[in-house]
Amino acid sequence: MKYFARRLFHALLLLLAVSIFSFAILQLTPGDFFAPLGLNPQISSRTIAGLRSQYGLDRPLPVRYGHWLVDLLKGDLGQSFAYNSPVTPLLAVRARNTLLLTGTAMLLAWLIAIPLGMWSAVHRGKWGDRAAGVMTSALLAVPDLVSFLVLLLVAVRTGWFPAGGMVSSSFGDLSRWNKMKDLAEHLFLPALGLAIATLPTMLRHVRSAMIEVLEAPFIQAARAHGIAERRVLFRYALPVAANPLISLFGFSVGTMLSASLLVEVILSWPGIGPLLVDAIMAKDVYLVIGAVMLSSLFLVAGNLLADVLLFAADPRIRVE
Amino acid sequence: MKTGPKSGANRAEPLLRVASLSKRYVQQRTFSRTEFTVNAFQDVDLELFRGKTVALVGESSAGKSSLARCLALLERPDSGKIEMEGENLLALNRKALFWIRRRVQMIFQEPVSALNPRLTACEIIAEPLAIQGEGTQLQRRERVLQLMEQVGLDAKWERKLPFEFSGGQRQRLAIARALSLKPSVLILDEALSNLDAPNQALILELLGQLQVSHSLAYLHISHDLRLISQFADEVAVMYGGRIVESKKTHDLFAAPEHSYTKELLATVHSVESILLARSA
Repeated sequence: MKYFARRLFHALLLLLAVSIFSFAILQLTPGDFFAPLGLNPQISSRTIAGLRSQYGLDRPLPVRYGHWLVDLLKGDLGQSFAYNSPVTPLLAVRARNTLLLTGTAMLLAWLIAIPLGMWSAVHRGKWGDRAAGVMTSALLAVPDLVSFLVLLLVAVRTGWFPAGGMVSSSFGDLSRWNKMKDLAEHLFLPALGLAIATLPTMLRHVRSAMIEVLEAPFIQAARAHGIAERRVLFRYALPVAANPLISLFGFSVGTMLSASLLVEVILSWPGIGPLLVDAIMAKDVYLVIGAVMLSSLFLVAGNLLADVLLFAADPRIRVE
Repeated sequence: MKTGPKSGANRAEPLLRVASLSKRYVQQRTFSRTEFTVNAFQDVDLELFRGKTVALVGESSAGKSSLARCLALLERPDSGKIEMEGENLLALNRKALFWIRRRVQMIFQEPVSALNPRLTACEIIAEPLAIQGEGTQLQRRERVLQLMEQVGLDAKWERKLPFEFSGGQRQRLAIARALSLKPSVLILDEALSNLDAPNQALILELLGQLQVSHSLAYLHISHDLRLISQFADEVAVMYGGRIVESKKTHDLFAAPEHSYTKELLATVHSVESILLARSA
């Protein structure tokens, strides 16, 4: 329990640091949300100054940060200038969409990586394993941006999949089953793109972790007892190989999130990504910080979850 | 070998007989058609008898471990014979092979990696029984407790995990696991080399007792010649994948023939003379 208390404390500290940095860095960029209004001759500088003080932008940074922090404890992430509404509900919807996308992609990636990685490990050196190796190298070499654009091209050219958005415009009129289907169709390409972005690393880790375990003497001993190969793989090797994979899971949350920002923008998935880009362009400070904080929260939570899983999976960590 | 004329027909008849056994590995590089063959060992003849220990010595690349793995039926040799009481094991089908596996068990060098880190002591020792489908869970546990006592482990540790044991205790655990199927041959692949001297002596003593009580045949792979001189009945020297010399321990130490054996013995003697000189 002490272990988790410490991890949680570290996580909170990290989030605090991220918030301070976000504030400081956004302060360093020139101009603010109301600066472009000054270009309009019909708006007086007094009006703009009034708006600034209304939204608290005229106060010094530490004061604004203090206010933001106090409001945060009440669950209020501040006000979005562009949407003229509180940031929290705006983000909540987007966060749900991003989680749906990354969650699906994560599931997809692991569902491919574990069996394929195990298969590669068992058949290492054979042509199938080599083909998989060449494939993962190729995928690693292709920048995410390119593979996402290819997916977009496929969607547009073939028309098999919707080329953007999360649901069709007629979504409201659909039956429950068709709603699911519609959502799944929209989800497929972005999720596939994300899975492709993270899959090669995972595959290689699964393969090498399995190879290492399969060569361990305890596996040989079990074989000398006449154990069935399938049982070796699933009951002996996989649980022991799970440790590095669980750590990788925590790590992959980060990769997944940063790749998801890109995939969301390119395949116009209404997640945090496009919102963040727009908010940065418009200097919608509190929305930017809210989105950054949310992404950091996901990342930290993913790693925390990996720690918990590791704790649950490995008795050695439990005793320490 | 075949000295005692009527001192027991069992003794004259080897339990395990290896005849002109060979194994080579074929390697292939990515994007290349050239194949490399590495001879692990060639034309190996070896006989193991009940209640006797044969020590196998040699350099680290001499093919000792490959031979051990072939004898434990973990790998298939390319040619030759492995006979258990006259039955050629390499001619057996899968099912018969599964059955015969219980007769040859292996103890590994590193007890840490030789035990599944996720299983408790009880589960580890019961593992071979479970795999071979022997007894009910209750019977298996009974047998485990019995085995733990035999190898000098406290029965109350049955729920402990491997990492909670010391090095010597882990090796005892591995021995108990190997014994659970009542094997007749035990292959000890450098089983003592990761232990400190007192533990080496203790485990050696335990192995000696077990050999008598279970009339086990040991193939003990080691490079510690001094240790070997204490327990081995016979020594086989392996060099470059072949057994170059195989003799009664006393005879080998007294009159080594092969140049490699002489070299090996010379190192021991020089180490001993250095130690003697230092203690003097």
